Amino acid sequence: MSNTESNKEYWRWTESRYTSPDIKWEGGDIISAGVDVGSVSTQAIVLVDGKIYCYSSMRTGSNSPDSANNAMDWALEGTGLTLDKIQFVVGTGYGRVNVPFAGRAITEIACHGRGANFIYGPEIRTVLDMGGQDCKAIRVDNRGKVTAFLMNDKCAAGTGRGMEVFADLLQVHINDVGEMSLKVEEEPEPVSSTCVVFAKSEAVGLLRKGWGKEKVLAAYCSAMAHRVVTLLMRLGIEEKFAITGGIAKNIGVVKRIEDELKIKAPKSSIDPQLAGAIGAALFGKALVEKQRKKS
Amino acid sequence: MITAGIDAGSKNTKTVILKDDIVLSAASVLSGFDQEKSAEEALNSALQKSKTNREEIKHITVTGAGMEAVSFANNTVTTITANGRGASFIFPSARTVIDIGAEEGLVLRIDGQGKVKDFGINEKCAAGAGAFIEAMSRALEVDINTMGELSLKSTKKIPMNAQCTIFAESEVVSLIHQKTSKEDIIKAVHDAIADRNTSMVRQIGIEKEVALIGGVAKNIGFVDSMNKNLGFDLLVPKEPISPEYVTALGAALVARDKLGG
Repeated sequence: MSNTESNKEYWRWTESRYTSPDIKWEGGDIISAGVDVGSVSTQAIVLVDGKIYCYSSMRTGSNSPDSANNAMDWALEGTGLTLDKIQFVVGTGYGRVNVPFAGRAITEIACHGRGANFIYGPEIRTVLDMGGQDCKAIRVDNRGKVTAFLMNDKCAAGTGRGMEVFADLLQVHINDVGEMSLKVEEEPEPVSSTCVVFAKSEAVGLLRKGWGKEKVLAAYCSAMAHRVVTLLMRLGIEEKFAITGGIAKNIGVVKRIEDELKIKAPKSSIDPQLAGAIGAALFGKALVEKQRKKS
Repeated sequence: MITAGIDAGSKNTKTVILKDDIVLSAASVLSGFDQEKSAEEALNSALQKSKTNREEIKHITVTGAGMEAVSFANNTVTTITANGRGASFIFPSARTVIDIGAEEGLVLRIDGQGKVKDFGINEKCAAGAGAFIEAMSRALEVDINTMGELSLKSTKKIPMNAQCTIFAESEVVSLIHQKTSKEDIIKAVHDAIADRNTSMVRQIGIEKEVALIGGVAKNIGFVDSMNKNLGFDLLVPKEPISPEYVTALGAALVARDKLGG
């Protein structure tokens, strides 16, 4: 894609891949993988003995099997590792039943719980997963096992897709939305419309009134934060509390959630968008161990 | 006696000039940013069409989402009341009125005089309203005015998420990628918003006859989906009063009442 073209697509977040410099898959005992085919993004990750070896994170295409294949191919690129050497693959996410090479499909709620436990540690009791097209509040135990959850998957308000629409409208790159929304002297009133379509019209009205992009983004991030806090309140929050999914990378939303809850969410060097795939790969590892015990 | 009704809607501002029981003219302009200016323009355009002087208008009543901005009107009336009056004037047998505008859906139950007995409203979410069809016409790159006719060419039933406009837009994009024909996708769009509106109507309760008004009623594909859902034919206003003018007509009737007509 040419630069000019990508400059126009403000919603398009950066796709990425990674290989660990410290791990050799050749010496691994258990190699497991997780593929999280979400409605907006797909992640494939390979664990060698429960440690992150390589991964990819990219946009979901128009069909789930292709998205799963592409993500896995890209994750394995240049590693010398091939699919047949991976002992167990678990699929998760919205397109989990369409991962052609997966041995099992597990719900993203279970995987996000397990993944958050891996990323942020066993003290995590409440996980907020803010995905592309849904938002879930999940309660977990010290092993990352789900004890209760609530979700909104009916409406784009409070989801990554809603944020993409705003990035496009304001012509601000999605990666910069959070930072920019914090550059206001005073916190404005949140956008009042719940529906993203109406919120868009409201934002256009605010721009016409002379509001800067920063202020409009602040009003939207704060509306989104308030919406997910309501979901969390309904479930009940037990500390520690962590956020996973793509929006966890939006500091503008995260900070406003933290302020409203008066609880800090821990940070990690691991990309929070990987939580679902990590959880799936950990389930894959457990399944290999179970098979071994049987035989 | 000549009166005027103005419906300052979220998308279009409409005016009807009424002389006793006869509609002299109707006009519509885009609402834009300055709703008072749009109301002025719509009024002037309607006056021109009927060759009426502004001084001849004895009373102006305004309704619609932007009514507070229109300061030159003599009084305001809620959309609900105006709808009841307007629909009952055209269809005296109507007992239920469905109004689907650009940003909201309304259902009302009325008596024989057009007085509102009960109503339900969706104004929180664009799904089910005109904005939904508009978003889909943009995604499909099809002129919104041709959507009705195109969808009638399809006999397929493709289920679509009608809960959220933003999600449905992504769904339309995947259907395009899957090489589904435009006609089939448009029919799916109409079926989806018809399903959503049918459930809103059922919540309030259906009493016949049922009238359908508002800009979306001009879409014959949507009307067809609604008729199939309900199992009977809706009453849809035809020329000279097209469905989007019924609310403004209701306002003009309220203006007439104010003068004791």
